[in-house]
Amino acid sequence: MKPALRRFRSVLAANAPARISFWVLVALYLSALLAPWLAPYAGDDESRARSWAPPSAIHLRELDGSWHAPFVRSVSYSFDDDALRVWSEDSTCRFPIRFLVHGRLFGLGNPVASPIVGRDAVVGGDAPAANLHQRQGRLYLLGADARGRDLLSRILYGSRVSLTIGVVGVAISTLIALVVGGIAGFAGGWVDSVLMRLCEVVMLVPAFYLLMLLRAALPLDWDSRVVYFYIILILSFLGWAGLARILRGMIQSLRQSDFLAASRALGLSPWRILWRHALPQTFGFLSVQATLSIPGYIVAESGLSLLGLGIQDPQTSWGNLLEEAMSIAEIRLHPWTLLPGVFLFAAVLSWNLLGDALRDTFDPRSLS
Amino acid sequence: MIPMLLGVSLLSFLLLQLSPGDPLSAQRGNPQVPDALIHRIETEYGFDRPVPEQYLLWLSRTLRGDLGYSFKYKRPVADVIRERVGATLLLAVFSSLLSWLLAVPLGVWAALRRGQWPDRLVSLTAFVGMSLPSFFLALLLLFAASVAPPLPWFGRFPIGGLVSPEFDQFGFWARVGDVLRHLLIPGLVLAVGGVAGLQRVSRGSMLETLRQPYVLAARARGLSQRSVLWRHAFRNAANPLITLLGFEFSALLSGAAFTEIITSWPGLGLVALEAVRAKDLFLVMATVLMGSFLLLAGNLLSDILHAWNDPRVKLS
Repeated sequence: MKPALRRFRSVLAANAPARISFWVLVALYLSALLAPWLAPYAGDDESRARSWAPPSAIHLRELDGSWHAPFVRSVSYSFDDDALRVWSEDSTCRFPIRFLVHGRLFGLGNPVASPIVGRDAVVGGDAPAANLHQRQGRLYLLGADARGRDLLSRILYGSRVSLTIGVVGVAISTLIALVVGGIAGFAGGWVDSVLMRLCEVVMLVPAFYLLMLLRAALPLDWDSRVVYFYIILILSFLGWAGLARILRGMIQSLRQSDFLAASRALGLSPWRILWRHALPQTFGFLSVQATLSIPGYIVAESGLSLLGLGIQDPQTSWGNLLEEAMSIAEIRLHPWTLLPGVFLFAAVLSWNLLGDALRDTFDPRSLS
Repeated sequence: MIPMLLGVSLLSFLLLQLSPGDPLSAQRGNPQVPDALIHRIETEYGFDRPVPEQYLLWLSRTLRGDLGYSFKYKRPVADVIRERVGATLLLAVFSSLLSWLLAVPLGVWAALRRGQWPDRLVSLTAFVGMSLPSFFLALLLLFAASVAPPLPWFGRFPIGGLVSPEFDQFGFWARVGDVLRHLLIPGLVLAVGGVAGLQRVSRGSMLETLRQPYVLAARARGLSQRSVLWRHAFRNAANPLITLLGFEFSALLSGAAFTEIITSWPGLGLVALEAVRAKDLFLVMATVLMGSFLLLAGNLLSDILHAWNDPRVKLS
């Protein structure tokens, strides 16, 4: 393992995009791990009165011109003549942004009465200090969805699904490919042809249709944890066939090699030869291949959830968050619903750049 | 080819049988539809028989050219498919052309400027394109189209569909223009996804070819750079690209589905989604088979082109 690790570090040292990608991925996965602490609200914490609230404006100055630590205002909406939401800020009090509150990294502190400047500032004519403790503020760094849930929190919780599905899915499909490709390449004969025809049939169905068929094979209204694992299984089922064929080819050519002939001559069992001597030769290739196929899994899960066939509300993944952006009318009015796609893009790009750098190093045939 | 398609049909038939509900679920839940009618349809299409028998029944009908009836669209499946295949093919061909026109010159340029800024810029851009999920790119472009002001000569960007509502009143050229206008966004979305891989392969292949002795010989004979590049090097460098054509085509068919659904392009992908949702058995079978068939056809096409471009390859 040691030389592989050292090689990996030299790849990162030599290749700036790969280095940046690596740290972006570390940050993304860490934030998925720490989501309950990083997210200012629970994923299903809704506030219907703030449906589609835009990203909160962060202020530093009060109306009277005094400077304060960053704070936000409570917002509410009314409809204009075109039935579009018009948002207004309640400037009678301010909600300071505090760090390490309520067991989370950041959130809103208690409201503080704002100085009254002229009569316009007073909403409803109440003395601002009287009902101060009843005022509720919400911090929407990235805006809110239709039910007033904080998009940032939902993106953070969603990353737990979106980011893990790729890794687990690739692990499972690599395992299937190892078993099938290893057996086919090693056994040869009719076993080989049956397994390879099976791979070809799976590869022949365009991925999207196979995805649809496999998804349709189970009811939509299952418990979301079961759906999560089922989606991982579906995605692994899509990916193994191509990999198994390549592995079979590698094993076949390895079979001719002297060191395998030697291990046969030593009288080792075929199973031991396969697992201990032949397959380890393919690990370099496999690790690169796995890195390069993770983004495909992430995108496939998001696509499935986007179509309403994957993870479903109230559970979140980046795909089902984007589902809200599916109608053009919604995007025009609430462009921030596109933001989960930016996170998706960042994760996919980072995996791609990292995988590419690894390929250049571990694949001796590639030209750079 | 035929056994493969049979395998695909068996696989999809079994998967569909696993799924709960059947094509008549909607009718069953409707009190207006008498039980006797449902029973009649069941016997007519053999939904009451065991699964292996149903499959054979479906197979024999299909082989005789009868694709069955779509309970969702209330029309014969063949009609639905015929309408939609054209749109999907049009989209796939248009976006392939677009991605080849973009990727090949970019790849060659990057190979000639290897390690310099054009090379890095092209490969980074390609990575960005490759990493934009098609549905996200489609949403972004649709968003841009919806806020963009009308352009001179072009008008407003269409935000979905195949043609404008006034299509029937257009003359021939106006119709062609209208379809092309609508093709632009879905075509671009699909092309961007393909450019990265193609660019990469064309760069790598060109690099390898430029090292060959015959390229040096061509240069030594004093041929112009353009002639060396395109007549001598590129024809040989194009072989792996042509092999890739089949794969690209299949990736397009599969990737096209998401783009079709988001840009409401009336192709096979959109039908497949609706058919699967409605458990419309015959329609699902037909779309899956059609998709697989197009994929096979793409591979065959690339084999033929390969043989045409490379005299060392014989079609047997």
